[in-house]
This record gives sequence, structure tokens and C-alpha cells, in this order.
Amino acid sequence: MSTPTGYTEYHPRWHRTRLGTLWWLRRRSYLVFILRELSSVFVAWYVVYLLMLIHAVGQGNEEYQRFLHRAANPWMVLVNVVALIFVMFHAITWFNLAPKAMVVRLRGKRVPPAWIAATNYLAWTVVSAFVAWRVLGG
Amino acid sequence: MANNITLQVTRYRPEQDDEPTVQEYEVPLRKDWAVLDGLNHIKDHQDGTLSYRWSCRMGICGSCGMTVDGEPKLTCATFLTDYDPGPVRVEPLANFPLIRDLVVEIGDFMRKLPKVKPWIVRDDDMPISEGEYLQTPKQMEEYKQYSMCINCMLCYSACPVYGLDPDFIGPAAIALAQRYNLDSRDQGASDRLDLLIHPDGIWGCTFVGECTRACPKDVDPAGAIQRYKLTAALHSVKALLFPRGAR
Amino acid sequence: MSKRPIEPFLWLLFSAGGVLAALFIPVLVFLFGVAVPLEWISPPRHEHLLALLRNPLTLAVVLVVCVLALFHWVHRFRYTLYDGLQIKHLNGLINLFCYGGAIVGSAAAAYVLWQIP
Repeated sequence: MSTPTGYTEYHPRWHRTRLGTLWWLRRRSYLVFILRELSSVFVAWYVVYLLMLIHAVGQGNEEYQRFLHRAANPWMVLVNVVALIFVMFHAITWFNLAPKAMVVRLRGKRVPPAWIAATNYLAWTVVSAFVAWRVLGG
Repeated sequence: MANNITLQVTRYRPEQDDEPTVQEYEVPLRKDWAVLDGLNHIKDHQDGTLSYRWSCRMGICGSCGMTVDGEPKLTCATFLTDYDPGPVRVEPLANFPLIRDLVVEIGDFMRKLPKVKPWIVRDDDMPISEGEYLQTPKQMEEYKQYSMCINCMLCYSACPVYGLDPDFIGPAAIALAQRYNLDSRDQGASDRLDLLIHPDGIWGCTFVGECTRACPKDVDPAGAIQRYKLTAALHSVKALLFPRGAR
Repeated sequence: MSKRPIEPFLWLLFSAGGVLAALFIPVLVFLFGVAVPLEWISPPRHEHLLALLRNPLTLAVVLVVCVLALFHWVHRFRYTLYDGLQIKHLNGLINLFCYGGAIVGSAAAAYVLWQIP
């Protein structure tokens, strides 16, 4: 055993462990965290997809139909199904965690975090219903 | 319930080891024994060379934090019967340099803590003749949760951001800063802000939430940090819009 | 003033983007990514969508949602690159790629919406 630099009887050599690149596979909660962060990639993907759709609509009915045809491609549907799962995951984790950042007081008493989460979900339902209604012909 | 349980304990003797090793000990499995009792049994009856920290053995001093079966725990509050039949892996607290066996170097936290000024900061001290600073129960509720921190550093051990970047100021330091920011007697919020809005301060946190999960005193440091992010961000907006009136 | 005053504003953008993305994107993915291509519902008529997009309020909402959602992604992705791949030393490059990408994406969004006849 070689004598390491800095080792003396009164200052033992400390052992440091580097975390390693796959630290996030070590615990389920870490993995869930990384997946939550990666859901943002699917948010960005859908923004691109939405812009492509809007562009097609702007170019006329033929382009629009061509876009719909491409969207029906099984691989595209698969990508969007995965995107839907991740985007829902983002929404659910976001609404559950948002109450932690905001302490709302109503008449002096602190509103329970569950109520704030419930308000978020309510808003989500209302917005989704409204968007669906407008898009589908309302 | 078996008679014994095996503890697989990390050993590291820097005067003779290059790397930590694992040593197995068998300790009695008693209904009311915590992992700390197992370690004390080893030290008293089997191997007096085992080194570890402990003090109050009732979850208030914060000395006995270690990694038990991969999770940061207070060993005085973690019961052996929960791990029956074992074996139980007892390792030093993660994310800290290892000095010897189960003893880690906590100087980093000790240096960071005073930087957030964890004491009442006043612009103007009331003279003693005027008596105490008064506070209603409701005012105390604002910060009480964050005052429960026992500086055990399980949150630092659980935090992957701290593990990846030891310059990150860490969950307990921010929670303690919040404990004083939210205290009605304190006037030092802007002093602490200057330190905490550094990229190694609150903005390093990505809200993993592991710190809250690990905390044995329900301090919820993750919640404290997110609240502080909102406060600090709104403060920055105000400072941008009204440069003179913000402070 | 601290050394890096921009971080709080980026966080606010991230938060706003997160809220809007959570509220608006799931239903849109469901409609145009899954339900219509799988023929669970019939596709909206082209004239209807065009009329919808001509409405300045719709345009504004779509633009805001797209831009903020992109900035939300960028902020989160930047930190995931730091934590996941531990490449914090490539800080400058990551910031350029990420925020540059978001700005380019926002410009593209504005252009596409501007192009609606």
C-alpha cells in the first residue's frame, strides 16, 4: 500500500465515491424523476407537431388531408401515444407538486394543499373540454 | 422471528485500506432494537474497532445518520425487525467523503450553514427595557415546520443534485434560511437572498423531492425551496420593474 | 444585483410554460395525435379549423402556449443534461443549444401563425 499524499495520523485520507453516470437507475424515485423531466421532450415534440398541423391547415385543404394521412401512419400514432402518456404524466405530476410552491391563505387559514391540487385538476378539465369543443366544431 | 440478524457493515481503515470493504456481523434480533442498538452490540461485544457517530438515540441530535439498505436513515429510529430476516446493509451516509468506517466528513455542511445566517437578523435591535419580541401562535405556525430541522443531513444524502455537485448549497440550508425568513421577528430576508439566488443556491434544485422523503422530522425542505423560488423570482421581477423600491 | 440575475426569470418562464403545457397539451395530443388518426372521431373540417385559426384570440393563445411550452422544455432539458449526463462543464454550449433552440422554435411558431391566410 502506497502512502497517499495528505495522509497523516491526524488527517486520514478521506474516501470519496463519484456518483457515476447511471445514478438515476439506482432508485425507483430517481428513475421516476428523470422520466418526469424527460416528459418535457414530448411537450416540445407536440409543439412541433401542432405547428406542422397549423401550417398544413394554412396551406389549404389538400395539405391538411395529406397531414392527416401522415398522422394516421402507425409509427406516428405510436409516437403520439407515447407522447400522450408522457404529457399526461407531466400534467399529473405538475398539478400534484404545484401546491408545494404556493401557500394560499383564505381568511387567515392555510388552504390545504389537496384543495389547490383539486382546483388545478378542475381547471384542467374545463380547459380540455373547452378546447375539444372549439376544435370539434363548437 | 429468528434469533439473529446479519448486519453487513462498511469498514474503511485509511491507514491500511485503499477502498472500503464489507464486514458481516451477527447481532441478536430483539423486538425493540434499532440498527443503532445492533451497532452498539457489535462494538461492545464483537469488534471494538468499529467507528460510528451516535448520541441521543432518540431522533433529536441528528448524529446517527447512515445509509441502511440503500436509504438514508437515522439508525436510532430504524428497527431491525423491519428488515427481518435480513441481511441489513449498513453503509456510511452517501454523498459525503468517508473518514473511517461509518463516519463521514460533514465540514461542507458546517461551512454552508452560517452562510445563510440562521439567526434572527434585525436592522434595529429593541432595547432590553422594552421586553421580548412578541409573536402570535399564527405567526409561529408560519415557520414552525422548518424549525424542526435537526441537521442530520439525510436530505443531503438523498439529494442527487448535491451528490452530483457538492457546491449546491443543499436542502437543509435553504429550509433553515426559510425558517428565519418566515419568522416575524426577522428582518434579514434580503441578506439571505443575495446568497441564495446564486446558481449554486436555490436554482440548482430541480425539485426531485427526495429530501422531503428522507427527512425524519417532516421538515419538507423541497416545499421550502419551491416556495422560496417563487418568492425570489417575484422579488427579481419587482427589482427589475422598480429598481429603487424593491428592497 | 447578483452575478446571474437571469436565472429567476428563466424559472418563471419554465413555470408558466409548465402550467400552460399541463393545461392545454394533453387534450390536443389526444385529439390530433391519437383520436383523429385512429378514427375514433371524424377529423374537423378544414374550413372550420381555418376559421378557428383566423380568430386573433386563438392565434394569441396558440402562440403563447407554444412559446412558453418550448421554454419550459428548454429549462428542464438543460438541467436534465447537467444531472443526467453530468456535462455541466459544457455549460456554455448547452445554454446556446437549448435557449437558441427555444428562440428559433418561437420564431418558427410566430412565422407559421403569421402565414395563416
